[in-house]
Amino acid sequence: MSDRMQYVAVLGALAVATLALFFVSLTTGPADVGFGESIRALVSGDADLLTLVMREIRLPRALLGLMIGATLGLSGAVLQGYLRNPLAEPGLLGISASASLGAVVAIYTGISVAFPLGLPLAALAGAVLAVLLLRVMAGERGGTLTIILAGVAISAFAGAMTSLVLNLSPNPFAATEIVFWMLGSLTDRSMTHLWLSAPFMLAGWVMLAMLARPLDVLTLGSDAAASMGVDMRRVQFLAVFGTAASVGAATAIAGAIGFIGLVVPHVLRPLVGAVPSRLLPASALGGATVLLAADILVRLIAPGRDLKLGVLTAIVGAPFFLWLVWRTRRRML
Amino acid sequence: MFIARAIVAVSLIIAAGTLPAWATDGAPSRVVSMNVCTDQLAMLLAAEGQLHSVSHLAGDPGVSVLADEAGRYVVNHGLGEEIFLMQPDLVIAGTFTTRATIDMLRRLGFRVEEFAPEGTFEGVKANIRRMGELLGRQQRADELIAELDAGLAELASEPAPPLSVALYSANSYTSGDGSLSNAVIRAAGLQSIADRLGIVGVQRLPLEQLVLANPDLVVLGERTYDRPALAHENFRHPAFTAIASQDRLVRIPDRYWICGAPFTLEAARLLRDAANAHAEAAR
Repeated sequence: MSDRMQYVAVLGALAVATLALFFVSLTTGPADVGFGESIRALVSGDADLLTLVMREIRLPRALLGLMIGATLGLSGAVLQGYLRNPLAEPGLLGISASASLGAVVAIYTGISVAFPLGLPLAALAGAVLAVLLLRVMAGERGGTLTIILAGVAISAFAGAMTSLVLNLSPNPFAATEIVFWMLGSLTDRSMTHLWLSAPFMLAGWVMLAMLARPLDVLTLGSDAAASMGVDMRRVQFLAVFGTAASVGAATAIAGAIGFIGLVVPHVLRPLVGAVPSRLLPASALGGATVLLAADILVRLIAPGRDLKLGVLTAIVGAPFFLWLVWRTRRRML
Repeated sequence: MFIARAIVAVSLIIAAGTLPAWATDGAPSRVVSMNVCTDQLAMLLAAEGQLHSVSHLAGDPGVSVLADEAGRYVVNHGLGEEIFLMQPDLVIAGTFTTRATIDMLRRLGFRVEEFAPEGTFEGVKANIRRMGELLGRQQRADELIAELDAGLAELASEPAPPLSVALYSANSYTSGDGSLSNAVIRAAGLQSIADRLGIVGVQRLPLEQLVLANPDLVVLGERTYDRPALAHENFRHPAFTAIASQDRLVRIPDRYWICGAPFTLEAARLLRDAANAHAEAAR
């Protein structure tokens, strides 16, 4: 089988898996309704209350799962290529945590009630700051260790500030919502959330997709890439703002969900022949598959308890991260 | 200012110390209550001068019906040291009061009586009776119980419209069988969605189950906060606003049914009035 055919086969398989999980997600929930009945209610719109449940509760949840998963997979793949660092990922680098902080400030001060767009914009601002800070810390030839350590510091700081804002809120419920912002959840998100975040995620995807070819050239090193006519400032702009817009919007709606951006590109890289431009679409689909699966599992494992997504992704992702560290240990030291 | 307060405090102590007042023989004369529910029962039952201190929540109009009256008593914050210095001859606490404080007070030789939160009107009556016995005020307790019984009988005598009710709080929580709120719904003669769904105690009611249950009335707590939190986003969810239109929403102040007391009847009355109004509008 040629490279190209294998790539198409991988994409096809991922697309089928994503679609299948999308429908499973649509038909999973505390209200015990059959598959056929719920899909009919969604499409036909004449089953009064069930239609309301399908269109206003299940559909936004499944769509957000799909889009946020794709965002995390795609941004993980781009960050790994752009920073040339196998451990790069929005969660580990503190981008999600900083976006959370932005969102938390917007929500708990009441800004987002008066000005709904303030929510994704504040999250975006948090994410931009984190990426820029990482870039500065890493320098032109940032080593793996530098970037990861900077990410740890940014994560810790943003996490602490998030806790501080929530603890200082006069609303007694705020402090318990630290868990949501650290681990993420899609429970009872609505179409309003989808409309608010989708434009930012789509804009981010477009910017990240434009990086496909430059990332291919970048595998030769940034000097070589520059000499081959890749505009490094444009690449940097697209990587920073593409990641920030998509991850910021995703985090503002669902909290920080870790490890998807790390695991998915690593698993898929050997399957697509380690070509960045092919890894991007595959990772987007892979991320969507993983998040949809996690969101289905949280509803099946502990119905009615609102288990957080980050719990599941960390159970799979953290051991994988340890294995990666083990493998790259030699190079890091 | 400080001196004035000190004089008040000292004179209160002297008053409480020298005037065991109208309390009958053997009844405690310097009672401290540490829980907002026992605070209110004690305020309703105690003889003049018998109750020395109530918790700080007793003065919060959001959770206490007798908030105005609480100003007459010394405020405590449920801290062991604070209670020790008051030297009470009876400490009344809720079973949810900090264990460490209660254990310490008991070790120090204070008499501590605990009251469990009640989920039925029978339990509320038992609590009133017990509080009456502890304070040596059985007669006053009997009066309050008779008042409560009369109110319940009055509610039961008028026909209630056949409407279903859902309780829906922050973070999608609801109260089912065994909770005081459910008892209030039953006392109002209405049908609780929680009973239909088999919900016991306080549990999450996922939004989609609430939507499919399609209650006639949705009861929200009255309490509002200065700043938003995600916990209240369920009230703005399009699916929620679709089934809980303004004419179906009922707001019952939390203070009436956080604690089981004679005034809990007021929550049932408000609920019945809302149901009557809704049935009227539907006709």
